[in-house]
Amino acid sequence: MEHAESHGRRRLLNWFLGTSAGALCASLVYPVVRYLSPPTVPETTTAQVEAGSTMDPDLVEKGFKILRFGAEPVILIRVSETDFRAFSATCTHLSCIVEFRKARQLIWCNCHNGVYDLNGRNIEGPPPRPLTPFEVHLVSGGPGQPEKLVVSRKA
Amino acid sequence: MTVVDQALRFLDDRLHLSAVRHMVSEKTVPRHRYMPFYYFGGMTLFFFAIQVATGILLMLYYRPSAEGAFESVEFLMTTVPFGWLIRSIHAWSANLMVFSAAVHLVSVYFLKAYRPPRELTWLTGCLLLFLSLGFGFSGYLLPWNKLSFFATEVGTEIAGRVPIVGEWMLRFLRGGDRVTGGTLSRFYGWHVAILPAATTALLLLHLLLVQIHGMSRPPVVEREGRSPRGMRFVPHFALREAFVWTLALGLLATLAALFPWELGEKADPFAPAYEDIRPEWYFMYMFQTLKLVPGGEVAGLEFESIPILAFGLLGAILLLVPFLDRGIIARGRSPAFTVLGVVALVYVVGMTAWGYRSLLPVYVVLGTGLALGPFLIAAARAEKRDPPP
Repeated sequence: MEHAESHGRRRLLNWFLGTSAGALCASLVYPVVRYLSPPTVPETTTAQVEAGSTMDPDLVEKGFKILRFGAEPVILIRVSETDFRAFSATCTHLSCIVEFRKARQLIWCNCHNGVYDLNGRNIEGPPPRPLTPFEVHLVSGGPGQPEKLVVSRKA
Repeated sequence: MTVVDQALRFLDDRLHLSAVRHMVSEKTVPRHRYMPFYYFGGMTLFFFAIQVATGILLMLYYRPSAEGAFESVEFLMTTVPFGWLIRSIHAWSANLMVFSAAVHLVSVYFLKAYRPPRELTWLTGCLLLFLSLGFGFSGYLLPWNKLSFFATEVGTEIAGRVPIVGEWMLRFLRGGDRVTGGTLSRFYGWHVAILPAATTALLLLHLLLVQIHGMSRPPVVEREGRSPRGMRFVPHFALREAFVWTLALGLLATLAALFPWELGEKADPFAPAYEDIRPEWYFMYMFQTLKLVPGGEVAGLEFESIPILAFGLLGAILLLVPFLDRGIIARGRSPAFTVLGVVALVYVVGMTAWGYRSLLPVYVVLGTGLALGPFLIAAARAEKRDPPP
């Protein structure tokens, strides 16, 4: 009888020991698991970006330039002296950065030969969706100066 | 025969686990009233394991550059879930590791456990402590805040004051003439690659030596002429050590949660140093000593080089204690070394207290003694219960 009682006591103590050890392990593992998953950082919501002068030699010569719109690349295209257009520069296929082919008047992605027209529509190759368009505004650059370009997100 | 039995049999045939099990079951630890001091070696190992684990976790978010280091630690502290906790634990465990290593060293010194054949155990242990100080010094800079920036400037400048090789050492430590982002990369390399590799190798050697020679019975116990008594390592000593580790984990968690390690302000190499500049506490006694030395020169040697050389010399003497202490080998006692140890201990604690303008270091020493008290009393009682044959 005494033996059975001490046996029961031992089982109870072992149960306490086991659950304490389990709780200790859980309290160590939980923070580590949480720590390992990186927090989502809210992106800065950039509303608009100044893109320099309409007569920017780079822009005139190559016909385009890539802007930093927050963390996002945006392609600014000079179609003519008065016609400027902007699109997200991230190819909708596999996220490469697109460029503008002046000779063919097309937006081109070098990674997998994706082709978009000057309205950002995917017209050839693998891209599944059109490029997101951005708005381009022309603002006065001051007396005697060429106008300035401002790119903003479409409302 | 169950699957588990079969698996164990398979491993046993290939790894000779039964030999290991036999060795573990035979291992004993000398049993006497100073036994609680044995726990500090294991405790240092425990804190080292925590340092490795949390250090690896910190590496996942840390960016070692002058532009990104402070910001990455800030991000870690404010945004990453439990980032503050991981960093606090790393910082507190580092300090507790140095502290328990220091207590381990002091107790081994006064119990004269460095006697033959344990000279190499002492030597590797001292080198491990020096490596820990290197970890502390290099890790202090990594958050790239004002305090750590200036502490590193002063610390490396001290190395630069050593005659002849100083200039070279300074440039070697800083990776250039000044403390810059280059210094940060360099310290990072030391902190996460070179020092861990060296520490792991030395630690394995240290543990192997402890395993080969077993733990030492203090001469003060041997002189009483009792027949040596042992405690089985598994389970009796291992359980006691596990209990102490649990206490250590509790202390660490309390400190890390209640006093999270501060980040301070970002370092600015062009801002003037401020008044409260101080190194880690374990360098404080040297820092305070240097503050007391007046400017001047004797025989082409700047005054401040003298204490720097003296500390270097004392470090070398510490390493060589087992070879210098002839009395303990010849006569089984060496009161001169005991007195020397007390003087050094009083100097270090006193200078640290003076450096902080606070009695806290003295309270920490007293508190450690108080915490050890119950363990020592229990060990002494157990010894009395079994009268010598």
